[in-house]
Amino acid sequence: MNKMVLIGAIMAGLLVFTAVIAPALTKYDYRAQNLSERLLPPGARHIMGTDELGRDLFSRMVYGARVSMIVGVIAVLISTIIGLLIGSIAGYFGGIIDSTAMRLVDVMLTIPTLFLILMMVVFLGPSIINIMIIIGLTSWTDIARIIRAEVMSVKKTAYVDAARLIGLGRARIIIRHILPNIMGPVFVYMTFGISGAILTESGLSFLGLGVQPPYPSWGNILTAGKDYISTAWWLVLFPGIAIFMAVFSCNIMGEGLRDRFNPRIKD
Amino acid sequence: MKRYLIKRMILMIPVILGITVITFIIIHLTPGGFVKTNMEMNVKVSPGAMEHLKALYGLDKPLYAQYLDWLSRLARLDFGDSFIDNRPVIDKVLERLPATLLLNITSIFVIFILGTIIGVTGALRRNSVYDRIMTFVTFTGYSVPAFWLALIMMMLFAVKFPILPVSGISSINYEMMGPFEKILDVAWHMVLPVFITAFGGLAYISRYVKSSMVEVLSRQYITAAYAKGMKEKEIIFKSALKNSLMPVVTLLGLSLPGIIGGSFIFETIFAWPGMGRLAYEAAMSFDYPVIMGTVTIAAALTILGNLLADIAYAMIDPRIRYK
Repeated sequence: MNKMVLIGAIMAGLLVFTAVIAPALTKYDYRAQNLSERLLPPGARHIMGTDELGRDLFSRMVYGARVSMIVGVIAVLISTIIGLLIGSIAGYFGGIIDSTAMRLVDVMLTIPTLFLILMMVVFLGPSIINIMIIIGLTSWTDIARIIRAEVMSVKKTAYVDAARLIGLGRARIIIRHILPNIMGPVFVYMTFGISGAILTESGLSFLGLGVQPPYPSWGNILTAGKDYISTAWWLVLFPGIAIFMAVFSCNIMGEGLRDRFNPRIKD
Repeated sequence: MKRYLIKRMILMIPVILGITVITFIIIHLTPGGFVKTNMEMNVKVSPGAMEHLKALYGLDKPLYAQYLDWLSRLARLDFGDSFIDNRPVIDKVLERLPATLLLNITSIFVIFILGTIIGVTGALRRNSVYDRIMTFVTFTGYSVPAFWLALIMMMLFAVKFPILPVSGISSINYEMMGPFEKILDVAWHMVLPVFITAFGGLAYISRYVKSSMVEVLSRQYITAAYAKGMKEKEIIFKSALKNSLMPVVTLLGLSLPGIIGGSFIFETIFAWPGMGRLAYEAAMSFDYPVIMGTVTIAAALTILGNLLADIAYAMIDPRIRYK
């Protein structure tokens, strides 16, 4: 099953590498408009063609990779931190704290996430920063539940008792002794979380509620593609393949990691 | 069963309250209050609307009083009036609801049937070529951005081979059709949206059915059935299938928020006249009461769906209702 992690890691690595060395790869400025070169199909001058304003699609794709990936990673970091906090506190302390936290999780699971995101985008305004925060704030429930369950089982082990007996504080026990032992499932969640965040961001940007022009994102490149669907197939095809590659690579990494960390669900 | 139902209903109360609290908090996140923001951003607001709204949300009162006020309005299904056409939000949502329910319920149904078939056949022929292909196909569906797939389908079916409708719920000449033709026409318009929703949701259910089926097949009562000389078909359909499908009911309930939430992207792309598109239109024109109304009602739908799933589960599995 490590083969899956490897394939996923190579695909994701390629995308990240492209995003990092973006300036070295692109001949054209991703913002530079050239109205005499509108909607050119892929060719020698523009390997992925140009968009409706004559901007080089390849440059926009490569810089779009930066935006999409940064949004994905930061959003997941935010949700992981919230999930770690709520999950570990609920799992460690139990009782009323636990049941309050779990009701909150129930509430978050009941509101259709995309509607909640839509509402927050409208109230806070669409921008790259807001999108990251909003996705982070609305996607921590899975990880909180995983962490809670793990903490509850690790809490009962002898080494945690030992730590308590030598008089260590609760925060220290949770941070130094419990969390390092449950990081496996956290990594699994994070890979799935990144793919989910990239999907959400591109969907929102596609509808004009996410990353706003002139910043390119795979999603908002597709918005233009929608208007030229019958003439400029390249505007639809390339961004979609990029999103798919990013999501697919994260998902197969997540699958592989899950099998590794939890052999029970292997089938 | 009655006791289980009552217990289940009581557990819903904190969740419903929680939803209202979260919605309320988001409304008040807006710097300067949303009535003011709205006035600045939206030229379509009539002059009287601001005073009306301030009174409606009691913005001069302390926060807890505002919340209680708002809650009592919600309880009476009063979501206020739309900023755009001053119609009651509840009316606007209710007229869009049937289209959304039709699309979502059909999709869930298709996901359930296809997911079960793929899961069961995959479990019976584990690790065969068929199983691997199916796993790959469903996994691809899970990773494909649905709105992109929708665009590709539109490109194929609207531009290259215009066989399937890609927009709306019915044809232009709908009013002139007979009742049977009308049903066919709507069904025809549902093919692409349902296909795309189902393709994305299949992986979840089929994988679950598969692993649950594999687990059930290794149980002793299945071995006993084989030893007794029961036919394989009978074992699979009578003993194994029923037991492995029970958890799927709950799973379908849990996947509801995702499907309903996703509807605002689909409905917008396919110009489907449902609640999701209403929410999107409201978002684009800063029609706050409508946005809040759709979110609350979407959440209420999910609660209802989960309740129905739990009741169905308790009906098929006696262990639940006597616990």
